[in-house]
Amino acid sequence: MSATTISDEKVAAPESVSSAVHRNLSSPWASFAVIVITILWTIPTLGLFVTSLRPSDKANQNGWWNAFIDHTFTASNYSEVLTGGAVIPQGIANFFINSLVITIPAVLIPLAIATMAAYALAWIPFRGATFLFVTCFALQVVPLQMALLPLLQLFNKGWKVNGVSIIPPIGGHGTYYQLWIAHAMFALPLAIFLIHNFMSQIPKDLMEAAVMDGAGHFRIFRTIVLPLAVPAIASFAIFQFLWVWNDLLVALTFAGGNDQVAPMTVYLSNIKGTYGSALHLVTAGAFVSILMPLIVFFALQRFFVRGLLAGSVKG
Amino acid sequence: MSLKTRGRSSVLIAGGVAAAFALAACGSSSGGGGTASTSPSTSASVSAECQPYAAYGTFAAGTTVSVFTSILPPEQQKFEASWAQFAKCTGITVKYEGSDQFEAQLPTRIAGGNAPDIAFIPQPGLLAKLAQGQNPPVAAPATVTANVDKYWNPAWKNYGSVDGTFYAAPLGSNMKSFVWYSPSVFKAKGYTVPTTWEELTALSAKMVKDGVKPWCGGIESGGATGWPATDWLEQIVLRTQGGDVYDQWVNHTVKFNSPQIKSSMDLLAAWMKNPLFVNGGHGDVKTIATTAFQDAGKPILDGKCGMLQQASFYAAQWDTFKKGAKIAEDGDVYAFYLPGIKADIPTPIVGGGEFVAAFSDKPEVQAFQTYLASGEFATEKVKQGGWVSANSGVPLDAYTDNISKLSAQYLTKSDATFRFDASDLMPAAVGAGEEWKQLTAWFGEGKPTDEVLNAIDAAWPAS
Repeated sequence: MSATTISDEKVAAPESVSSAVHRNLSSPWASFAVIVITILWTIPTLGLFVTSLRPSDKANQNGWWNAFIDHTFTASNYSEVLTGGAVIPQGIANFFINSLVITIPAVLIPLAIATMAAYALAWIPFRGATFLFVTCFALQVVPLQMALLPLLQLFNKGWKVNGVSIIPPIGGHGTYYQLWIAHAMFALPLAIFLIHNFMSQIPKDLMEAAVMDGAGHFRIFRTIVLPLAVPAIASFAIFQFLWVWNDLLVALTFAGGNDQVAPMTVYLSNIKGTYGSALHLVTAGAFVSILMPLIVFFALQRFFVRGLLAGSVKG
Repeated sequence: MSLKTRGRSSVLIAGGVAAAFALAACGSSSGGGGTASTSPSTSASVSAECQPYAAYGTFAAGTTVSVFTSILPPEQQKFEASWAQFAKCTGITVKYEGSDQFEAQLPTRIAGGNAPDIAFIPQPGLLAKLAQGQNPPVAAPATVTANVDKYWNPAWKNYGSVDGTFYAAPLGSNMKSFVWYSPSVFKAKGYTVPTTWEELTALSAKMVKDGVKPWCGGIESGGATGWPATDWLEQIVLRTQGGDVYDQWVNHTVKFNSPQIKSSMDLLAAWMKNPLFVNGGHGDVKTIATTAFQDAGKPILDGKCGMLQQASFYAAQWDTFKKGAKIAEDGDVYAFYLPGIKADIPTPIVGGGEFVAAFSDKPEVQAFQTYLASGEFATEKVKQGGWVSANSGVPLDAYTDNISKLSAQYLTKSDATFRFDASDLMPAAVGAGEEWKQLTAWFGEGKPTDEVLNAIDAAWPAS
């Protein structure tokens, strides 16, 4: 009836829900279901791994489970992938480094822009802040594939209105910087949204205390907000890293596929050869390429779930 | 720790940026150089091994020509080896880029304003679409035209032209009218290689009686799934209807749902959709749609399938099934010519090939284009093996393997009824789209023949 009961319910609800969730998830049946799902989801990866250890004739002959019957395993697929072989002579190392050179700036650039934008949108009151934020948020619905061609034209031809150059062409096809800019652009809406929601939950008292002590926006941003926002930043960094690391389409479109700039995904799609389906090499290459995301994930894992939840609750 | 890694990664990035700028700088400085720098290094200083390449000129260091193609390793290395000497003597660096997404990527890159200097286009239909679109390829320079006139049958030049403008010189050629079989199995079972269609049908029936499915096939090929099926249809159309109807079919004056094509489909159904005949070693008829074309012929080596109709380039595939598989008349596997059906259509041959289109008229691009159209290049490439050219500048004894030689023998036959792969000549919306899709449904879902043919006709672009 009255306002108080409603607000009481509101306060009480999350607790009871979360405790109910907790109770349900720790029941033996739930654990059993989780174990079954985990096994089911891991089987394809296991199949990949087993195939990567089988000699080429066996791998192309029958399914990976036969490996447990014929017991023929070899490491030669990995040595061919690492040091080069008949299909791709230079090996994967070159492409691994290309992938790193593409991915690291493509994670750092949007992070740098998004943290500052999110801070400004959350804590600097100015006219149109809400409109800007909603626009950023709304841009998430634009599919990347739709923007590829216009963006490519903008990069290479610039934008002219009646012969007046509004945006000059930046050129540089076959190098990295088109790729970095493109990845940064596609990442920004989600990054700003995620980090903004996290930052806006930081207690206002902290900011006010800092202002009382004479701190300006830059100082507050650097010494208070950034350290507190690390979980959100880390979880976004993982997202973006995995996305860019596994990306083939954007890399092919903006950087092209020649050996000097091609990321590992291009290597993986080419190693099967013109006519061949070199399963044994593709799987071994795939496992080499999994290494880096695994390292990143385990290094930042403790932030991951926290950051995800914190960013999403308010949205 | 984190400081250390951060420092290293920023060095990496800085290195990448520096390399990028260095590249850009090279590109712009060489632009002015061009052929002008030819004169100082006169023929006296040119070494003997570079003598044949003197005509192409020499270029400033760092001059690059980018090549975009659907041809992936290990064929890439053979291409690079065949023009290595040219690159060394002229100073041109050839940047090779292969992608299995070539058909989709090329139009995107052209529209986006970063077309490659040179593209190897395997479909004249795609070439026509590009030539009629915005930013068309550059018409072939006179030096390329001269080479093509000198070395190729006029039919080939015709296939590289659109609306009377000659754009693209032919590169490699495929002989598609082959049937792969295992000579050792044939010998053990007492089969003989058929030379007429009746003998081929009799042989198939004999294999069925012996408990072996005579034919295997696979048309799965990623984004190009369905293309091997179009080849089968073309073999039948050319063999039963002849070259004139075939040409009219390509121009759509004979439609897909016309009686001629319908009867060809019926004959194809009696052959590759015959549940008694297919799909040896793979399963039932439907597995044709889901078997990768690369894997289709594998059961031949195990004796689980008798024959596979597939092009000459399939020779590269056998080694992946069986290391060191011997491709010879007395070896593990070999090919025979798919016999003709009617006596008044002599030696029908369906073939294919790539064409070299240029999107830049820079002197280094034209020099490379000219070289690619020469007999010298074709001979160098033929020596790398596994590659056939219809270029008459290649001596037959340059061929290193039996299949290439056999292909060249048929491709150079003067009385043969040679036609280019029809699906590559049709508009890309049909030949590289609807026909693939519909024939895949024909095999995979058992879609009725009439519906399939009508759907392909409906996809034919107006105009």
